[in-house]
Amino acid sequence: MKRGVFTIETNQELAPATFRMTLTGDTTEITTPGQFVNVALMGRFLRRPISVCDWGEGRLTIIYKVVGQGTDQMSKLVPGERLDILTGLGNGYDLEKAGDRPLLIGGGAGIPPLYALAKHLLAQGKHPQAILGFNRGEECFLAQEFQALGVPVTVATADGSLGVKGFVTDAMPGEGYTYLYTCGPAAMLRAVDGKAVTGGQFSFEERMGCGFGACMGCTCKTKYGSKRICREGPVLEREEIIW
Amino acid sequence: MVSTVVTLSGVTLQNPVIPASGTFGFGYEFAQWYDINCLGAISIKGTTREARFGNPTPRIAETSSGMLNAVGLQNPGIDKVLTEELPRLRHIYYKPILANISGFSLDEYVTCCAKADASPHTDLIEVNVSCPNVHHGGMSFGTDPHMVYDVTRAVKQVCKKPVYIKLSPNVTDIVSIAKACEEGGADGLSLINTLMGMRIDVKKRAPILRNTTGGLSGPAIFPVALRMVWQVYEAVDLPIIGMGGIQSAQDVIEMMMAGATAVQVGAANLVNPYACQEIIRDLPDCMERLGIQNLKEIIGGAH
Repeated sequence: MKRGVFTIETNQELAPATFRMTLTGDTTEITTPGQFVNVALMGRFLRRPISVCDWGEGRLTIIYKVVGQGTDQMSKLVPGERLDILTGLGNGYDLEKAGDRPLLIGGGAGIPPLYALAKHLLAQGKHPQAILGFNRGEECFLAQEFQALGVPVTVATADGSLGVKGFVTDAMPGEGYTYLYTCGPAAMLRAVDGKAVTGGQFSFEERMGCGFGACMGCTCKTKYGSKRICREGPVLEREEIIW
Repeated sequence: MVSTVVTLSGVTLQNPVIPASGTFGFGYEFAQWYDINCLGAISIKGTTREARFGNPTPRIAETSSGMLNAVGLQNPGIDKVLTEELPRLRHIYYKPILANISGFSLDEYVTCCAKADASPHTDLIEVNVSCPNVHHGGMSFGTDPHMVYDVTRAVKQVCKKPVYIKLSPNVTDIVSIAKACEEGGADGLSLINTLMGMRIDVKKRAPILRNTTGGLSGPAIFPVALRMVWQVYEAVDLPIIGMGGIQSAQDVIEMMMAGATAVQVGAANLVNPYACQEIIRDLPDCMERLGIQNLKEIIGGAH
């Protein structure tokens, strides 16, 4: 965990109400895909926890959805502005369990962390495939970036305007994958769990106070006791989740 | 060279800055950010007789200049705190520890305080009669002068270490509560706990917090805390630990001038993990700028 000052390089709308921000700064504490950063905003008391979409030496990419006043304020920031950010937060995805053909399932704002995960899995010689879910086709983002990595992508939209009509579970195969990594709204995660045929790791969202395990604001019950989404999570093992 | 040393009922603190209960866990989360031995003392997470999961989530909501929490006293229970958490903290931390005790009955307060008092790891017992986020306990003890008197008296009978009662601001007259603590034999007072509040998610047309209400903390409540410390200082002859929205060295000095002997820093820790360290670092410069040689001299200095 580290507090650092990052400088905004770009901040652009990718899809309606969905923005990609690239920044430069110290990323040495970011160690695994699925971790998040906590962004301080001028005039907002609490930080905004945002998942890491991608990172490299000295550069960070986050993709966030405008859901309230804080993220709306973020969307109006311009290149050159600086942000106080806590990095290296949370327990990310464990790549060791992937097997050869892991399946990545993301819904909406839950998709970004799966991008870095796909890159890391590919670097280990694995063959990930992705299912990305949106409400409407015009909301689709990152699908081309996954394809550019060489990851086969299936898009599902609730209104059928792009790809498979229905939810990510309608595009989910009954077999043919070795492990499952997923991130998205709670209802989607639960539906994915209902159809999954392998073990997996699920990334959860919760309103947080601190983001680093101090305030007990985001605690959930698991089969192995209380866990903090910000600390032991946001990624939990499928078998420990209490739905 | 200025002096930041203060004393709480015989417990010496190198500086008056104490992270507030519930915002600092059992210390080790913050030991990853800085050496926590720079702190004046630590007030540990509020502890009850039995382990508690706490309230369902969402437990947190943001407000202007502050936040609401309704954690609901999540803790592993007094026995585990004393046999596991505190020994673990003592491996990395050797300054004073305030055991923060909460309860749902007089008997529970007495049992837990006696255990905390007997622990070699604790230095002062802080009795929380003011948690707004649990039902049939916590705050109900701290809003009635008779009940707070009974708790204070009962706890004092089983404790050798100093007993400080942590007061709720959710009362009509905090002075009457403070006086009841004094009559009950309290060694000191901690004030204030959070102010009860709520937020509504206007899209869902429902309260944000699953508990409906929560406790407001952060700089929004600093003037309220300051006013209550001021009033209590005028009315009782007990040392006061002042808290509520402190986030700078100057806030510490202001709170001490109102009557606090030491202070606690709460919500600031959650947004800036270095908050206490930075306040302690800034304190000597702030004192020099204001012509203060010895912090003890300014306690109640604005009266």
